Amino acid sequence: MFKKINNLSKSAYVALFMLSLYPSKVFSDWDALNMREGVTQVSRDVFELHMLIFYICVAIGAVVFSVMFYSLFRYTKKRNPNPSTFHESTKLEVAWTVVPFLILIAMAVPASKTLTEIYDDEEGEINIQVVGYQWKWEYKYLEDDINFFSNLSTDQDEIYNLVPKGENYLLEVDEPLIIPVDTRVRFLITANDVIHSWWVPDFAIKQDAIPGFINTAWTRAEETGIYRGNCTELCGKNHGFMPVVVKVVEKDEYSDWVLSKKEEAIKLAELTEKEWSLAELTQRGEGVYQKNCVACHQMNGEGLPPIFPALAGSDIVMFDKDRNVEILMEGVQGAAMQSFANQLSEVDMAAVITYTRQAWGNAENGDGEYVVPSDIVEYKKPKI
Amino acid sequence: MNNSAKRTLKYLSLAVFGMFFFSFALVPLYDVFCEVTGLNGKISQSEEGTSYESNTGRDLTIQFVSHNAEQMPWVFKPSEKIMKVKTGKYSNATFFVKNNTDKPMTARAVPSVAPSNANEYLKKLECFCFEEQFLAPGEEALLPVRFIFDSNMPESINNVALSYTIFDITNYNDMEMAHHDGR
Amino acid sequence: MSSVIESHHDDHHHGPAKGLMRWLLTTNHKDIGTLYLWFSFAMFLIGGAMAMVIRAELFQPGMQIVEPEFYNQMLTLHGLIMVFGAVMPAFVGLANWLVPMMVGAPDMALPRLNNLSFWLLPFAFGILLSSLFMEGGAPNFGWTFYAPLSTTYAPPSVTFFIFSVHIMGASSIMGSINVIVTIMNMRAPGMDLMKMPLFVWSWLITAYLLIAVMPVLAGAVTMMLMDIHFGTSFFNAAGGGDPVLFQHIFWFFGHPEVYIMILPAFGIVSHIIETFSRKQLFGYSSMVWAMLSIAILSFVVWAHHMFTVGMPLAAELFFMWATMLIAVPTGVKVFNWVATMFKGSITYETPMLFAISFVVLFTIGGFSGLMLSIVPADFQYHDTYFVVAHFHYVLVPGSIFSIMAAVYYWIPKWTGNMYDERMGRLHFWLSFVGVNVTFFPQHWIGLAGMPRRYPDYALQFADWNMVSTAGAFLFGASQILFLFIVLKTVMGGKKATPQVWEGARGLEWSVESPAPYHTFSTPPKVN
Repeated sequence: MFKKINNLSKSAYVALFMLSLYPSKVFSDWDALNMREGVTQVSRDVFELHMLIFYICVAIGAVVFSVMFYSLFRYTKKRNPNPSTFHESTKLEVAWTVVPFLILIAMAVPASKTLTEIYDDEEGEINIQVVGYQWKWEYKYLEDDINFFSNLSTDQDEIYNLVPKGENYLLEVDEPLIIPVDTRVRFLITANDVIHSWWVPDFAIKQDAIPGFINTAWTRAEETGIYRGNCTELCGKNHGFMPVVVKVVEKDEYSDWVLSKKEEAIKLAELTEKEWSLAELTQRGEGVYQKNCVACHQMNGEGLPPIFPALAGSDIVMFDKDRNVEILMEGVQGAAMQSFANQLSEVDMAAVITYTRQAWGNAENGDGEYVVPSDIVEYKKPKI
Repeated sequence: MNNSAKRTLKYLSLAVFGMFFFSFALVPLYDVFCEVTGLNGKISQSEEGTSYESNTGRDLTIQFVSHNAEQMPWVFKPSEKIMKVKTGKYSNATFFVKNNTDKPMTARAVPSVAPSNANEYLKKLECFCFEEQFLAPGEEALLPVRFIFDSNMPESINNVALSYTIFDITNYNDMEMAHHDGR
Repeated sequence: MSSVIESHHDDHHHGPAKGLMRWLLTTNHKDIGTLYLWFSFAMFLIGGAMAMVIRAELFQPGMQIVEPEFYNQMLTLHGLIMVFGAVMPAFVGLANWLVPMMVGAPDMALPRLNNLSFWLLPFAFGILLSSLFMEGGAPNFGWTFYAPLSTTYAPPSVTFFIFSVHIMGASSIMGSINVIVTIMNMRAPGMDLMKMPLFVWSWLITAYLLIAVMPVLAGAVTMMLMDIHFGTSFFNAAGGGDPVLFQHIFWFFGHPEVYIMILPAFGIVSHIIETFSRKQLFGYSSMVWAMLSIAILSFVVWAHHMFTVGMPLAAELFFMWATMLIAVPTGVKVFNWVATMFKGSITYETPMLFAISFVVLFTIGGFSGLMLSIVPADFQYHDTYFVVAHFHYVLVPGSIFSIMAAVYYWIPKWTGNMYDERMGRLHFWLSFVGVNVTFFPQHWIGLAGMPRRYPDYALQFADWNMVSTAGAFLFGASQILFLFIVLKTVMGGKKATPQVWEGARGLEWSVESPAPYHTFSTPPKVN
């Protein structure tokens, strides 16, 4: 009986040994499971550093585990009934203190070099302020006066498995950060509420966004394309649902985009002046609601009480228009509801309030009043 | 329990209390640490920085960055977003601020410098970030910053961002400000 | 030596009292050790059940079982319960059982304090778990509770969380004071410090670490409490505070805490490898020095948890180099274990299987730790599943395997019965496969870019998450087998001799099995 177990154990040890070698195979030819090389000099340096340290670890592991497994096979009680009695050797101890120390120095040198390269703080040709919010990113182009929010655009139905998931499930946004190729871009990273962390693996940038403080990072992307990343600091309920998407474009495409963004801003100003019909507002409001509100208040307006109250059947949403506007503009102190005054345009603000006052039977059960963009403009004017 | 055990017990209990107070001592220690290393780019008000003045300064680009913290409805913007200055010379900048609500409000701006190692070469003689700002409804103001960069600042730093985040502290108990005043 | 004479004192019971009061009022180190061990096992199962909720949600992309809000509560409580409720009390339980017997002392130095430090724990965890039923839910900010998510943005239950952390902190501080006073003052004549068994050494160092850092944790949560309720702003930028300060204070506690959870494991594994290799441990004094240097280094590496908060270059370089240095003493320990096995006379009983896999898997965790210390690479690894894989490799097949090894190794001494060797091995192999299937793929999904603390993930991570979940359920289920094996051994089994294991060394093997209720009332002689 015992013999059988021993045989069983032996084959298991072989399996164990194979397993310890397994990663080296996987990392070399299974690229999808390794760190990305990325598209910048820094990211490639980081990748090489990662592989270097990894191979050193594998080599050390191979040596140590070979000796260990050799001992485990060779010096079983059956094969070596009389154990040796040696139990110390100053020479050995010194050797295996000094040798690892030297290996560490060999690792520290390239690591320190790459780090210094990352910390090089040259001037950026384009400077972008990145602000983390619960749960979205805001990008402010400092030179061009462009700013917009970048929200997860994956449909709630995909998340709740009601429809099939798209290719870029949870890694897609309504409006990506756009930067030109071969241009030094500097990011000034901060946060609005709690700590977030802005990560773009292909640039090897991961910087915490801390409320009240500013961190910098820079990149010079060498290839056009779309690069996807995440928030990597636990920031509350929707931590997993605020991806970072960066689109690197050719330089002229970038200037065209800057121009079109500026035109858009002018158009938006015109929209604010325009006369809006209820239907137009409700339609626009539904889109705004899906982007900004569903995560907490849900598509059906039922919310997730007690933290995220229901809007469907809410007294404020049905009867108190003024308070309704105030809540969206100021947020609710001490609750999860934040101010959207700086996040939504007057048009979108009016539209989303109107939508919530119309949807889910609120119009039928309540006063059905709606809000137009000029109401919001009026609200924003100082009242003395 | 014998005497030596009592002694051990005594010094261990002292160590526990000592470490508890040490954790609070970490707060001022951290400030010192930040000042020395420039960590987080916190700046305190400086004396007249004559030692920084020099005629051999070089060009430096300053970016002014503002951010409204959550639920802060004021307008808060740098008057100039980018400024070319010389190290070793005093420079002045302003921020525009406006209380566009119908309530009187008090605010505090929290400064931050990036890159953080530029911090030790920066002196601010005057900054609105040292004081609370009170504005009546509709009131607006230009808030001044007067600063100088040491001309000995390493060549590698040629672009500095001065950032201010403005917080609404109207409902904030005044007593608590005593703790961390003077930033 | 095996016939230790019991001397009867008036103030001693002759044996344990009967019924519930025995456990409530006991001041006997063996009873309290037993209580600690059962408590930690209960917490292990509760924390494990939460891990199963987490893994079940991650079985497939999309939200299936829980909402993100509840998921965050699960990951927070899982971390807190496993660290403070399972691993730490298990080591305290082992210390209670073994330290007095190993140093030849009749009991712990402060028996009533010992009772108190145990009975605080059920209250602490009762409070923590009750927060699940409070309005706004349980703490949801991760076991590292970074401000301001844990202060300004926390659910109301955070106050109960703080209270509970205070109580568990008090319990561990009292426990470690007890251990130190016992070791420093109650060793049998002739047992010099450098003759102490390594488990005792490892606990002496651990207890000093606990005394140094648990008060700092208490300070950190006190500051949180003041920020939340008394209007201070230690961590609130609006009031001139700094959220990053919280992280510095937390990790000043947190990094030594990591070693608190692994040093006793080093001690245990050293004993087991020595016993089943039938050969004296190689390099005893270098083992002691390695543990001491690891403990000292642990105070100057805390910021390696915060490489991405935006520290100056000089600070990043310092913390990187200091962290890399830890690999040296850790390496020495691994080499010493291998050298102990070399030319030994090895058998593979269950404790040895766990100990060997500890050496291998802990070393893998050490390698990923070394990779994480490299700052530029850490910018990519930080807060991804690579980190999750790393710390689970050092905590599960590290700390937890060592605890299981210890239970198999000493349970014959505790109960007088041998455990079922066949079932023990089965438990080992199931756990071993389970652990690796669960956590090895997490290295890959981390490198490929999946951040930690995510309730849902992009499609390219789906396959390995599914594998990982399967492994987790295998590991979880095999712990039920462990419970069964332990219960079976407590009830009966082949009687154990006092020596139990052929190659075992140390005073605890000189007393009968099961160890009498009172041992070493007269100190033994140590050569």
